[in-house]
Amino acid sequence: MPKKSAATPLHLPPDNNNRNQLQMLLRQPVLLATIILIFIVLITFVIIPIFNVLKLGMMDSDGGLSFNNAKKILQSSSYMKTFGNSMKLGLSVGICATLVGFIFAFAINKTEMPGRGFFKVVSMIPIISPPFILSLSMIFLFGRYGFVTRGLLGIKGNDVYGFNSLLVIQTISYFPIAYLTLSGILQSLDPSVEDAAYSMGAKRGRIFRTVTLPLAMPGVVSAFLLVFIQSLEDFSNPAVIGGNYSTLAVETYRTITGMFDMNLGAMLSLLLLLPTVAAYLFQKYWVRKKSFVTMSGKPTQERRKLHEPYIIWPLFVFCCLVTFVIFLFYGTVLVGAFVKTWGIDYTFTLKHFEYILLTGLTALKNSVTLALYSAPLGGLLGMVVAYLTVRVRFPGKKVMETSSMLMFAIPGTVLGISYILTFNTPPLVLTGTSAILIAAFVFRNMPVAMESGSTTLLQIDPSIDEASAVLGASNGYTFRRITLPLLRNAFFSGLVYAFVRAITAVSAIMFLVSPKWSLATTKIYSLYEIGLYSEAAAYSAIMIAIILIAIGVMSLLVKLLLNPRARGPRKSKPTPEQTPKMEGAA
Amino acid sequence: MSNNIDNKDLRQFSTKSSAVKMRGVTKVFPQHEGKGEFIAVNNIDLDIDDGQLVTLLGPSGCGKTTTLRMISGFEYPTQGNIFIGDEDVAKIPPNKRDIGMVFQSYALFPHLSIWDNIAYGLKVKRLSREEVEERTENVMELMQLTGMERRFPNQLSGGQQQRVALARAIVCEPRVLLFDEPLSNLDAKLREHMRDELRSLQKRLGITSLYVTHDQAEAMAISDRVVIMKDGDLIQVGSPEEIYAYPNCKFVANFIGKANFMPASYISGDERGARVQLGASELSLSNPGDIKFGNGEKCSLAFRPESGRLEKDGEGIAGVVTRATYFGFRMEYEISTDLGSLVIEIYNPQLTGQYKVGDDVKVLLDLSCVRVLKDDTIEQE
Repeated sequence: MPKKSAATPLHLPPDNNNRNQLQMLLRQPVLLATIILIFIVLITFVIIPIFNVLKLGMMDSDGGLSFNNAKKILQSSSYMKTFGNSMKLGLSVGICATLVGFIFAFAINKTEMPGRGFFKVVSMIPIISPPFILSLSMIFLFGRYGFVTRGLLGIKGNDVYGFNSLLVIQTISYFPIAYLTLSGILQSLDPSVEDAAYSMGAKRGRIFRTVTLPLAMPGVVSAFLLVFIQSLEDFSNPAVIGGNYSTLAVETYRTITGMFDMNLGAMLSLLLLLPTVAAYLFQKYWVRKKSFVTMSGKPTQERRKLHEPYIIWPLFVFCCLVTFVIFLFYGTVLVGAFVKTWGIDYTFTLKHFEYILLTGLTALKNSVTLALYSAPLGGLLGMVVAYLTVRVRFPGKKVMETSSMLMFAIPGTVLGISYILTFNTPPLVLTGTSAILIAAFVFRNMPVAMESGSTTLLQIDPSIDEASAVLGASNGYTFRRITLPLLRNAFFSGLVYAFVRAITAVSAIMFLVSPKWSLATTKIYSLYEIGLYSEAAAYSAIMIAIILIAIGVMSLLVKLLLNPRARGPRKSKPTPEQTPKMEGAA
Repeated sequence: MSNNIDNKDLRQFSTKSSAVKMRGVTKVFPQHEGKGEFIAVNNIDLDIDDGQLVTLLGPSGCGKTTTLRMISGFEYPTQGNIFIGDEDVAKIPPNKRDIGMVFQSYALFPHLSIWDNIAYGLKVKRLSREEVEERTENVMELMQLTGMERRFPNQLSGGQQQRVALARAIVCEPRVLLFDEPLSNLDAKLREHMRDELRSLQKRLGITSLYVTHDQAEAMAISDRVVIMKDGDLIQVGSPEEIYAYPNCKFVANFIGKANFMPASYISGDERGARVQLGASELSLSNPGDIKFGNGEKCSLAFRPESGRLEKDGEGIAGVVTRATYFGFRMEYEISTDLGSLVIEIYNPQLTGQYKVGDDVKVLLDLSCVRVLKDDTIEQE
């Protein structure tokens, strides 16, 4: 019989748990090394660069601490106007894109509207699209020689540049973000709550107002803030179609490349940084806490969605309208790539493509190469960090999580500046190399991979990992054989996202490209700047083709490498093939 | 779903089974937000002898799962030592502890076939392909899973998944086998069946096992020894018979099976028996249990519902039937008496006759089944 020891310890040293964690880590050298490596990498490529921008913004040209730059900006009416412009645009786009995104998400997830699958695909087009396309279309359609303005309506010298065009273009560009966010929220709301309201006699409209919308509200705010961030940090569209409507991202670029005033540029970028980081933190720590979403884990019974004609058809018409606009814009660019001179001579030609093949192939190859390097790196790093932060206990975990996610809120322009500042001087000189571009892509896109990895991991029973550990597998083995295969969907979407974002990146790389490493997007921008719109359109069309091919190849690879295979003993004769019916990860 | 595990040649599964010792083990969790602490396991000593199956039994939150997870290495003790064999495992991570574990959710790898699930641990150990195949095949045969090699976990029934989980745990011949409420996901009939299968397998493999459950019937049926836990403390440790017949406190008596308690006072006693005052009468108990009392101390007399009888008249505790519930194989009566409400179970009610609510009855006790316990209060669950 065991006897109870006499004394009952109550107040134990508080750091005992931490010390134990540390001791356990010391026993797993590979895991420990991974954690340390990731910390080093995060400090080098996230913390120090951001710190450098902050420092530079607070310095005058002599290197002393001063608030002169801040004062200069606050006292200058033109800078304050730029700030106001950015905010006004961000808020307007936030509202419009969230509205469109909500209608799409609601129609696709909550109703039996026809063509839901089709609209789902349509809403993905702006996400995988190269930059500049919508702006180019805008010029093609409504510009001085626009097909609609000049061709159809006969208006001469229409000014397409400015706020209105930006609002339309950014709304189309960013409503998919709102759609995806709200889709997730709407899908996970327990429909039995709405059924309960319905059974109590509430009409559909009332249910929407009193149940669905309030429950989805945290998602709506979340979507709005994410779109707001995107709009604020957007460089490509304001640069092309903004005209006199200056925004912070473009102004920062011009200050640095045109006026060579690094300090002022850094301060301007901080002005851009503040609202985005604030919006991000608000979204992450306040909105998510308010979230009503409860995942029971058990699939509730399939039930009939909204099917009343007076609900479905208006939604359908709306979705069709949005789809029409998207097709119009993308179609215009495709057509524009094949006609001689837009607005004047609409005969078919391939000369723009010839021009691109002659002059722009290196940049295109660079873009693809760097995206191919950075996508798996970023995707994998994201999965590793997700695994560590969700499943492994170690001191400093919160720090790792926060600093990994930080780059999501950092506008590309700020990232670009911070990287030049940091890697221009020893100890680590990377400017002018491909490494600095790869690093920018990896750390800018890793947070998304990490986020989708964490979300999936949280839904996988942790005892699956424990089962692997008990059977003798190290953390690394478990990660390769169990976690990664189970995360293959998240990994794939992280991979695709990282690839697309890398190949379409503009703001982050404007400061980082070098003659040796010019990229496709900067090439398009320079084509635009010298007025070669059709060539720019042709270039964009080629990029679309490359992106589509890459997504196809990646999905094939992930399927080949990570999909479950029914394996038995090698020597025994195969039994009739069993195909697993697997939904998602678990 | 059927038949018992084949009585096959088990030599290849001869385990390197080891005893487990816990000494002064405490686990303190920090409370959510703020500085509070929650003592999940409070300074326990526990021995699991080589080849034994010991069950940790207790209400939820009693610390049983935490104890199991400390042995597996997924939780670190705040204080104290754990030994597997003679080795202090404090600094050994779970994957180096050489243990097998069956999880409540089975935790089969959903993306691996049954074959790969079972062979997983062997492949981790980098055994030769021949050995992996031979041992996997053997254990699949033992667990009657042959033919399911290429299936996936979600294509198996609950009972089959359970077998795969068990096969995966034993194929590596672990030193200790840990069970975390492994049967709680099965329906009642299958649970009983798997329980018996599991016990016979454990016995024949002779593998040291720790089994966590909150189901007292399950604990009684499979254990060499049962450990009752409550609020992080070990309350009682003993064979199922000891625990049931000689509970050491009202909590255990009430938690394992049902018990009636009657207030009494202790008059005197020695090794051979005790005299107690119950109501107006003085009883002489020949087998009261081994709890020490002072003369004149208040105490509680405990007996099981099935050790009482009911008669219309005779020498017994007078009472009135307030509830009569028919269960087919037994009748359960609640009798209101001067000593409190007593529950009496009568088996085979067709033979012994039945009483109705309102009947006057006498409760007759076999005094050899009455135990004397400390008169502490227990919270009702």
